[in-house]
Amino acid sequence: MSQPQLGPPPTCQSPEHTCGVSVVHEIIERYGGNPEMLIPMMQDIQAAEGYLPREHLRTLGRELGVPLSRIYGVATFYAAFRLQPKGKHTITLCMGTVCYLKGADQISAVIQDEFQVKPGGTSPDRKFTFAPVNCLGACALAPVMVVDGEYFGGLSASSAVDILQKIASSKKPSEAVAKADAKQKTAAQKNGRGSQNP
Amino acid sequence: MKTLVGKFESFTDLEQYRSALKDRAAGVDCVIRVCCGPGCIPKGASKVYEAFRQAAEEADDKTVSVVPKLTGCQGLCECGPIVTLDPGGIFYQHVQEGDVAEIWRESVLGSGVVDRLLHHDEKTGQAARTTEGVPFYQGHQRIALALCGVIDARSIDDYIAAGGYQALAKALGSMKPEEVLDEVYRSGLRGRGGGGFLTGRKWRSAREAHGEPKFVIANGDEGDPGAFMDRALMEGAPHAVIEGMIIGGYAIGSSNGYIYVRDEYPIAVQRLRDAVAKAREMGLLGENILGSGFSFDIRISRGGGAFVCGESTALMASLEGRVGEPRAKYVHTVEFGFRNKPSLLNNVETWANVPAIIGRGADWFAGIGTAKSKGTKVFSLVGKVKNTGLVEVPMGMTLRQIIYQIGGGIRGDRPFKAVQTGGPSGGCIPAAYLDEAVDFDRLTELGSMMGSGGMIVMDEDTCMVNIARYFLRFLKEESCGKCTPCREGIAQMLHILDEIVGGRGTSGDLERLQELAVLLEDTALCALGKTAANPVLSTVRYFRDEYQEHIENHRCPAKECRGLFRYQIDAAACTGCGVCRKKCPVEAITGKKKEPHLIDADKCTNCGTCFDVCRFAAVKKV
Ligand SMILES: Cc1cc2nc3c(=O)[nH]c(=O)nc-3n(C[C@H](O)[C@H](O)[C@H](O)COP(=O)(O)O)c2cc1C
Ligand code: FES
Repeated sequence: MSQPQLGPPPTCQSPEHTCGVSVVHEIIERYGGNPEMLIPMMQDIQAAEGYLPREHLRTLGRELGVPLSRIYGVATFYAAFRLQPKGKHTITLCMGTVCYLKGADQISAVIQDEFQVKPGGTSPDRKFTFAPVNCLGACALAPVMVVDGEYFGGLSASSAVDILQKIASSKKPSEAVAKADAKQKTAAQKNGRGSQNP
Repeated sequence: MKTLVGKFESFTDLEQYRSALKDRAAGVDCVIRVCCGPGCIPKGASKVYEAFRQAAEEADDKTVSVVPKLTGCQGLCECGPIVTLDPGGIFYQHVQEGDVAEIWRESVLGSGVVDRLLHHDEKTGQAARTTEGVPFYQGHQRIALALCGVIDARSIDDYIAAGGYQALAKALGSMKPEEVLDEVYRSGLRGRGGGGFLTGRKWRSAREAHGEPKFVIANGDEGDPGAFMDRALMEGAPHAVIEGMIIGGYAIGSSNGYIYVRDEYPIAVQRLRDAVAKAREMGLLGENILGSGFSFDIRISRGGGAFVCGESTALMASLEGRVGEPRAKYVHTVEFGFRNKPSLLNNVETWANVPAIIGRGADWFAGIGTAKSKGTKVFSLVGKVKNTGLVEVPMGMTLRQIIYQIGGGIRGDRPFKAVQTGGPSGGCIPAAYLDEAVDFDRLTELGSMMGSGGMIVMDEDTCMVNIARYFLRFLKEESCGKCTPCREGIAQMLHILDEIVGGRGTSGDLERLQELAVLLEDTALCALGKTAANPVLSTVRYFRDEYQEHIENHRCPAKECRGLFRYQIDAAACTGCGVCRKKCPVEAITGKKKEPHLIDADKCTNCGTCFDVCRFAAVKKV
């Protein structure tokens, strides 16, 4: 597994508090301060901030009496945790067996190449965070990626890049999708897409 | 109808509520089931459901009562979004938002069908009007998934109306814990999460274990790539898992349940959370369930995206807020598990079978399946098969029936090459064994395993060396690194496979792989490492020639491994459109407009761009 560095402190939004303290306190309270709930707390911090800011983790460790080294261990062990801020869009690419059989590897390679982004990392222009995952359980659409909650199935290396470029250049993802549709027509008819939440 | 105020305080309360729900259902003229399972949601099913919901809300004629339901996976994900209607059992596929008005007019208000949305037989072109008429559904028997795709996945009322929590009432009201345990034992139910361990035996050990409190845990981590059975179940019938767990808690004497769900399944997490909250609100979880004196509650815990956390000891470490590293298993988790207390861990599908067993009896369940594998198994049938979907069939059905009859055969009617079962710990089974009956023991004998139920079909274009490499790469990434054999052994095996796939294999590679496989099996700490070599061993066993072609002749017979085959343009098929010439990144293609083009083998880097862009299938792999 990769060994990322602890991320930079976040820019504080609130005038009254130093970074993150109030967020972390609220989350700790949510779980009654139980150190066993460390992972859910970290998940909640990530949900609130988009990643795990260093100061938040320090506060968390201090309050729970858990050494920062252990928190860092947990943060780097589980693939879902991020120590760096997210890009504007998140690409979740399925690397499951079926997607692999149908070319997910090549798609991953061109995404990395095109947007200068490593798995788990963010592109230099902060547009994309690239998160390949083991399996999305959407095998009927293979190869499939999810961008900001929206599914794109039946991809090829070139159609994936097309879609992402459209998303990068448009303000609203849905506009990009409408445009990408023309090119994706055959694949979309067969595999379709929509948003993730019912 | 009688509305429930507060909690059920007795079994009669539950039954009265159920019959009130049934009365209400009897007044419904039309039920529309919109599949919003893992395969249909990405294809726009949510919008279809929303459109039906609105149509029902805004309908002018209030004398016709129409109930749209948002259901879990209905099975034939390939053709989603699926919409089924009752009465009539009409089956519609590929339904989009724009079709809703027409369906409403024809089949909800009228009694006709929309022909273009029906399933048409590939060969005869004949339309099937109902679900039963679709070949995919032949031979299915749903026990674990009985209500998935039938009831509204979000509704506890639907679950209760369909007989839900009846088994719980039966267990709490008329059976002693030992009797419940006995029933599960006699049913022959075996764990659906991988190993196929006899569930009743595990329950007994948990019951007999000393230590308080005891824990009941459901494994919803579903880490195997290419598998979505557990996701479909948790999303489509969350109460079946919950009911099973309460019964399990009663049988072993535990009041604390946990469900460990994968972080990648946000809908499943939400459904389970809502379901638990609802069950608690109605008194089906919590103190003094149904006035029986038995108390039980459930917490939902999300995983962190680590495959090894599906392993029992790692899962429990993760539940405790630690890094998910397994420990040696000579200390059993049924005695010393979560928080070092007796812990009963079962897969979510195992749990979902429990209410059926208690409700309908061990004999009924044991009457289904083979001598040593009872009941049904849910498979996710995926890969190069025509009908990708979710399949629940009795144990003992043959691979051929599942792949050809239900799955419709191989895409493009190409020859079948192998089916991969059991996930990263499983193996590949070749065509010679297509007529084998699928059960726990037979699959193990064939060098694969049942695993959690992923069934990945592969055709001749799939290179077996490459697929073995895929799984090893997966396992190398997912190895927690605690024990050396797994951390280093898998990496070494992967290195050898990388060399073979890259055309740099040497004689002796196969022996080295086998040596490492033995080492891993003997010395790795947990089953991840112990079984890591299976994908390699099973492919070497059945496809040794293919390995040898790679090693000795530097050729990939499936023409998948880059550099071990070449691209050539078929002059007869080439129209001279020039697309490949323009797209070739190294200018290796020449040719005049409207004349056959040519690839310069000296310049070609085998990138495959020409193959991808050719619209006339004129670029061939040779
Ligand atoms: C590496 C590894 C991953 C596993 N992943 C899962 C999983 O995702 N889901 C599951 O139910 N069991 C998984 N298991 C099996 C569990 O350890 C355990 O045997 C199972 O949950 C017990 O339930 P059962 O008896 O109902 O099958 C995994 C095992 C190993 C070694
Ligand atoms: S998800 Fe709709 S049929 Fe499987």
